[in-house]
Amino acid sequence: MADQKRVIVVGGGLAGLAASIRVAEAGMAVDLFSMVPVKRSHSVCAQGGINACNDVARQQGYSEYQHFDETLIGGDFLNDQHPVLEMTNWAPKIIDLLDRMGVPFNRSNEGFRDLRLFGGSLFKRTHFAGATTGQQLLYALDEQTRRFAAEGKVNMKEFWEFLWPIIEGEGEDARCVGIVAQDMRTMQIQSFRADAVIMATGGCGLVFGKSTNSVICTGGAASRCYQAGAWYGNAEMIQVHPTAIPGADKCRLMSESARGEGGRVWVPAKKGDTRKPKDIPENERYYILEERYPKYGNLVPRDIATREIFDVCVNEGMGINGTNQVYLDLTHMDPDYLTEKLGGILDIYEKFVGDDPRFTPMRIFPAVHYSMGGLWTTYTAGDYQPDAPISGFKPGDAIPVGTEPGQGMEVGAHNNAMTNITGLYAFGEVNFAYHGATRLGANALLSCIFDGLCNGVSVVNYVREAGHTPAAEIDQSVFDAAVKQEQDKHDNLLKSTSNGTGDRKLNPYQIAFELGEEMNSASTVVKTGSGLEKCLSKLEELKDRYSKVELGDGAMWTNQSLSFTRSVGDMIIIGEAIAKAGLLREESRGSHYRTDFPERDDDKFWKASVAKFNASSGKSDVEFVDVKAGLVKLRPRDYGKTESSAGAKKEPVGAS
Amino acid sequence: MSEAEAYSYDADMRKANRKQAVEGRSVIFKIKRCDGPGKSTRWESFKIPIETGANVISSLNWIAANPVTVEGTKTTPVVWDSSCLEEVCGACTMVINGRVRQSCSCLIDEYAPKDGDVMTLEPMSKFPVIRDLWVDRQRLFSNLTRVKGWVPIDGTYNMGAGPKESHEQQQMRYALSECMSCGCCLEACPQFTKEEDESQWDSSFVGAHAISQARYFNEHETGKQLKDERMDALSGAGGINDCGNAQNCVKVCPKGIPLTESIGAIGRSATMHAIKQFFQGKK
Repeated sequence: MADQKRVIVVGGGLAGLAASIRVAEAGMAVDLFSMVPVKRSHSVCAQGGINACNDVARQQGYSEYQHFDETLIGGDFLNDQHPVLEMTNWAPKIIDLLDRMGVPFNRSNEGFRDLRLFGGSLFKRTHFAGATTGQQLLYALDEQTRRFAAEGKVNMKEFWEFLWPIIEGEGEDARCVGIVAQDMRTMQIQSFRADAVIMATGGCGLVFGKSTNSVICTGGAASRCYQAGAWYGNAEMIQVHPTAIPGADKCRLMSESARGEGGRVWVPAKKGDTRKPKDIPENERYYILEERYPKYGNLVPRDIATREIFDVCVNEGMGINGTNQVYLDLTHMDPDYLTEKLGGILDIYEKFVGDDPRFTPMRIFPAVHYSMGGLWTTYTAGDYQPDAPISGFKPGDAIPVGTEPGQGMEVGAHNNAMTNITGLYAFGEVNFAYHGATRLGANALLSCIFDGLCNGVSVVNYVREAGHTPAAEIDQSVFDAAVKQEQDKHDNLLKSTSNGTGDRKLNPYQIAFELGEEMNSASTVVKTGSGLEKCLSKLEELKDRYSKVELGDGAMWTNQSLSFTRSVGDMIIIGEAIAKAGLLREESRGSHYRTDFPERDDDKFWKASVAKFNASSGKSDVEFVDVKAGLVKLRPRDYGKTESSAGAKKEPVGAS
Repeated sequence: MSEAEAYSYDADMRKANRKQAVEGRSVIFKIKRCDGPGKSTRWESFKIPIETGANVISSLNWIAANPVTVEGTKTTPVVWDSSCLEEVCGACTMVINGRVRQSCSCLIDEYAPKDGDVMTLEPMSKFPVIRDLWVDRQRLFSNLTRVKGWVPIDGTYNMGAGPKESHEQQQMRYALSECMSCGCCLEACPQFTKEEDESQWDSSFVGAHAISQARYFNEHETGKQLKDERMDALSGAGGINDCGNAQNCVKVCPKGIPLTESIGAIGRSATMHAIKQFFQGKK
């Protein structure tokens, strides 16, 4: 049909693919844009697993509700509560679907899906496929998408870079009607019409220089939406993963599953002990997390593990041989067991470091890993009433909330996961809603797929029911203007090759390097007001230098330098939002730790930071708005650091 | 020396090199460059200071920030494909010192331990060059469509769990599922040749990766519903019979996927398929 409505999906990771499948299945045409063949998206790097309540855990007293509760306390109550409830209710069904798609989940001896322990929970609730779960999930969705593409239902636009959302109308009436994108090979810039646009473009790790992220995770696409008027929520909430291998080009992740399967984090108890790890007897080792958090041990949430490792190395100088490294030790375990459960990551370690972690403790240090913050989104709450739970519920019963979708969010409501711009949605890591101030391990894959499957329905309903003029009938001038804006930016960058002052300060790679260094030191594990102010002035300097940037390649064909250089400008803008929101949040919460404000301040800051780009100043205006809560009340988050079990976790309780 | 021995020698040599790598050295990178389809190729050399843990990616990054050749000529940053840098996405595959592999996991210490050692980088030869080291591997993905590389589920609605699977079967399938579509097996295969004409793809040799993926889906309880269609595709022109049994594929696979076992298994399935077709009067 010539007049068929279309949906554009930007990004081909788990969120983008799940969305594409869901929208295509509903009979709507999908154009899927990705900078890489979708099978090479960053989701492939996820290792440990995907969380969902399951029958075994359920019989031990676990439930979807407790998964919900763990996610909230993990996020230090900064999460939007209703979407999290809906997500955790969907989780077991999502696992079933992935299972049907053929994901080779590890199996028990009897042939059931195997489970492992993960951070922030005392129950085994993490499903996994070796230590390459993200890869296996991505491939399953890639295969289904390939099937839809073969049937002509999904139109693949690989090696296309998103440049700008096309917005028609002003203020309240502003509506997204398409995108501008560039073919990364021919460099052709073109507009594409769509009745709704789903951003599924992941995180912004490259803003911090070396991170665990793929080289495509610049945050450029989110930044462009932000500059076009989309709000950015909780920008300051950046997860630093406790266990990564520092490298010359990036930091490689060592999955939390290494600890879930029994890995122990330690340093020599005696400062400056230069013996080899295997020569240091048990009683002369300091098991940092086990001693500080007896209840959760090595499986405290990531922000806590990261701060403790940082504290031991940087403040106490107890890192291995005085370096900023600690041991992650698996050598007490059966090598064959390790190969089966963790082979994928152990191979990575061996390839890059040269030692076999089955026999030599790994040396690791924290690295930037994930952005809880992202494009601000809204939703319509469902009908779950916390004060009137389903009748007859007792702890240990099957499920304390309704099993049918619709309890947390009103499934299919037009505005679920929609940004402040009508018709522009944000799914997956680029959606700020789910993870609050810290994401629990193995919840990322879940939120990506949940967004696609659940909120994909919202997109379809919006396109069919909202009654807007079809994008196909909107005046061509709207699209031409957007293309011209991007073509001008592009041409100006190309022209800069001829400036040729050769000043290193104007080299885009140098600017990106300095951005990463500054952001990493001022705006990650430990932040201070003065450090963030310094960071902001450094960003000003970088912005100024960037305005005179000199491109090193003037080619009109497959110009990667141009694409990178364009992203650097966008990265500085997102970096500024991150640093500014961090400066204004004068408290400590989850991943955001301010030495000058070390306590959580619920009166002032139980609020989401919302950054709005000020086009006239080119800077971020940040305000704080109430967290959308109402289901679970605030409580302290200490994971039993003291002797008392004040962590307020529900223990398994038998039905009375 | 057989090729299998050559491979293990190569691994031992790399390990030995690593131990004797000289700190503070510089290494010469000799890179085959090309400005685009139909353009001529040229070699450019760069002298790069090697930092601890340096790999081909960090070296190419260094060139991007300092695009000057050993002769002192200013040039452009090298273009190459990359994404995860952890050897799980397959993007950064290229030919390094004559052998195809991922550039992210290629540590300079293992290949060029001494000052002035040379690293040679070339694009894969079986795919059209887009620019410099970046090639167009669309045909590789197209071959996954050709063997219907998916499980034909009814839809994404909630319909309960998938088929139960034994631990042993899962381990077998998992080994096959790690294929990251990098194309190393195709670069090393004498039967897989460059084909730029898209209309010829479906009748040209499909390659080890797609054969192994066909087996992966044939081994799944629901996936096997498409087995006949997969075997139709693999029994025709460019299918399993085109394999020349050189066994290079399995030697270069970075994920250790048992590709020759897969080729054997699909060969047997093809025989069964032909017999079945015969008795059904289809051939």
